[in-house]
Amino acid sequence: MSLVKVDDLRVAFGATPVVRGVSFEIGAGECLALVGESGSGKSVTARTLVGLTGEGAQVSAAGLAFDGQDLTRLRERGWRRLRGARIGFVLQDALVSLDPLRKVGKEIEEVLTAHTALSGSERKARVTELLAAAGVPEPGLRAGQLPHELSGGLRQRALIATALAADPELVIADEPTTALDVTIQAQVLDLLAGIKAQGRSLLVISHDLAVVARLADRVAVMKDGVIVEQGPTGRVLGQPAHHYTRRLLRAIPAEHTKGTRLSETGPRPVPAAPRRAAGDVVVRAEGVGKSFGGRPAVQDVSFTLRAAETLGIVGESGSGKTTTARIALGLTAADTGTVEVHGRPWTRKDRALRRDVQIVYQDPLAAFDPRYTVAKVLAEALAVAGVPRGRRRERAVELLELVGLGAEHLARRPLRLSGGQRQRVAIARALAPEPSVIVCDEPVSALDVSVQAQVLDLLEDVQRETGVAYLFISHDLGVVHHLCDRVLVMKDGRVVEEGPVGTVFREPAHPYTKELVAAVPRLAAA
Amino acid sequence: MTTLRFIGWRLLAGAGVLWGAATLTFLVVHFTPGDPAEAVVGGEGAAPTPEVLAQVRAEYGLDLPWYQQYAAHLWRIVRGDFGTSYRLHTPVTQAIGEQAAATVELALAGAATGLTLAVAVALATARRRRWLRGLASAAELVAASTPTFWLGIVLLTVFSFGLRLFPATGGQGPASLVLPALCLALPIAGVLGHVLRESLEEVLDEPFIVSARARGLGDAAVRVRHALRHAMTPLVTMTGYWVGALLGGAVVTETLFTRQGIGRLLVSAVNAKDLPVVLGVVLLSALVYVVVNLVVDLLYLAIDPRLKEAA
Repeated sequence: MSLVKVDDLRVAFGATPVVRGVSFEIGAGECLALVGESGSGKSVTARTLVGLTGEGAQVSAAGLAFDGQDLTRLRERGWRRLRGARIGFVLQDALVSLDPLRKVGKEIEEVLTAHTALSGSERKARVTELLAAAGVPEPGLRAGQLPHELSGGLRQRALIATALAADPELVIADEPTTALDVTIQAQVLDLLAGIKAQGRSLLVISHDLAVVARLADRVAVMKDGVIVEQGPTGRVLGQPAHHYTRRLLRAIPAEHTKGTRLSETGPRPVPAAPRRAAGDVVVRAEGVGKSFGGRPAVQDVSFTLRAAETLGIVGESGSGKTTTARIALGLTAADTGTVEVHGRPWTRKDRALRRDVQIVYQDPLAAFDPRYTVAKVLAEALAVAGVPRGRRRERAVELLELVGLGAEHLARRPLRLSGGQRQRVAIARALAPEPSVIVCDEPVSALDVSVQAQVLDLLEDVQRETGVAYLFISHDLGVVHHLCDRVLVMKDGRVVEEGPVGTVFREPAHPYTKELVAAVPRLAAA
Repeated sequence: MTTLRFIGWRLLAGAGVLWGAATLTFLVVHFTPGDPAEAVVGGEGAAPTPEVLAQVRAEYGLDLPWYQQYAAHLWRIVRGDFGTSYRLHTPVTQAIGEQAAATVELALAGAATGLTLAVAVALATARRRRWLRGLASAAELVAASTPTFWLGIVLLTVFSFGLRLFPATGGQGPASLVLPALCLALPIAGVLGHVLRESLEEVLDEPFIVSARARGLGDAAVRVRHALRHAMTPLVTMTGYWVGALLGGAVVTETLFTRQGIGRLLVSAVNAKDLPVVLGVVLLSALVYVVVNLVVDLLYLAIDPRLKEAA
């Protein structure tokens, strides 16, 4: 018998339907992956299973049952006996899903207090056991720390430990690996596989098919509140029946997608112009080093970046890739070594050089003044670039068209744009002073696979058209492989390996690169 | 260590504020029209002889150049000597000390009542039904915008003269503290309650709140154990401001309920042009302000340990 049975579930917020007739079952010990873009209704569906759909939600279903119990008739008290005790819920992003002001041990203990009769000292012992079981080293010490004192991977493990504390039969994990480094991502997937091996049922939610490929027994693909396709993982990924599934699969950047478009319908047709050959050197860094408070962040980093070329920097958080980018941008002065742009040394005062190197951040929402309209964001950048006032609007529209938007977006504010549109505006802003280099710091990490595909295509189009060089920082090897010409692999502030992207990823020489490459989630069928 | 250094810097800044206050009091004395010596001997009406005035000037150092007077002024303050009241002919420290207990009692009772009311109302009404929030919001607005003296009169009329539940005047026994404390507490409860509910509602949207609910926690536990602490920061800020401005409230409340206290002392000193007492109260409120702000800053660190790294 199925542990979870959902039949024709419908959820609406006010007049807006979010889930429009979803049906699925999860058997005991089975893992179902719910895959779709943000806004597809997958998270809302999952939350409905624990009665936390959200304020103002109207939920109806022909059937909604857990272990034979009808959930549609459940009152708050009944839900509380289910939540945490029989269904463990791992929310997205442990940094915000664990109370930042409480020790992680307390968060786990809370579940035990609510659902078990254990004494205080028994609970403490159990907390340590649970952390250890989730793969947290020194669990006794970690239990007494606050979430921000843990690394991203440990934090995610601690969050998973809270969901497992009361030994639930079903664990729901919402984007459990998003925003984690590749190797950490692989470890967390292993941890989830271990949870399944214990005989628990698992519902994993993700926007990335590759992530769930080796974990899920069955996959359900969701779009606009409807499951468009569901079936055994091998079948759905190997012979996708629905065109949307095919589109999602095609959007995953990897080695074999290099030189092809990822998004089915790009913002503009593929230009006929061939890629320009890499041109003159625009940035040359020699033996760059930088320490913060005596701790070296970057040591002896050298690279050259040529016009119309994309240089990738991969490495985990703390490897020094962002510091390297900041030095290349002239935002941080290097302690040792030199950085030259167009053969001129970087100095803070050289405004012309500053305009020549622009940046696109991971989170464009944080990089825009929320009160500015798109027109104002671009006008400001154009003013700095020295474009006369009368020409700015015209130029702003040109820039928007270059990134696949139009004049109709000028009056919008960042909050009213989708994530992909925001990143397009950020790219347009970076292009305003006609730079020769754009530093892209994890520009697609916060985006869904399908939106990421569009932005990656856009970056290639822009490069073809303008010959701009990219310094592209990412933790995602698939993205780097797809987009970059050459790559630097960084670890602990040093470059451990560099070369053409195909060579480095196909025949990694350094053990660390080998580890990274091995950790990349792959589609068996692809 | 960083916390200690932080406290050290704060104390230094506090000393700066006190020095500023001391300088200000000196300037006030120095540039106030009229002869301080006359005030000492009892005002213009006393019509003292020039010899008496000269004697008083010499005694109080009023005939020295300004910089010597300034230095002497600062030195006296450092030693805790705020001069002698013109009116009471007792040291200012003693005059203030005699009244301090009553005001501290009133302030603590008021603060405790106000905070309790604010926290209780905010916890009970944040993210609840629209009418309940509207009701609480309206009550808070009325409480916050009612002038203290008028509120005091209403309280007196209803609870003292009307229902005869509490005495109208005096400073004896807990019963006489109820109405003045309420009078002080209600406006602040209105403001704090409003601020706290707003920040609670913001916190209740956070993912870690959903996380806590998904663990099977009840609504009350979620609010008290998780949300409240996050919402405390603005509350602490506001409480700090309020304690700093407490003396103003105490003036009205103590006068209205004919209670002993620093507020009344201040009023009578101002009326009698008793400058040393006025200046003593000014310096005292500067000191209270400095101490309260230090406490507020330390409370921030206690509420949110992440700030330790930032500080």
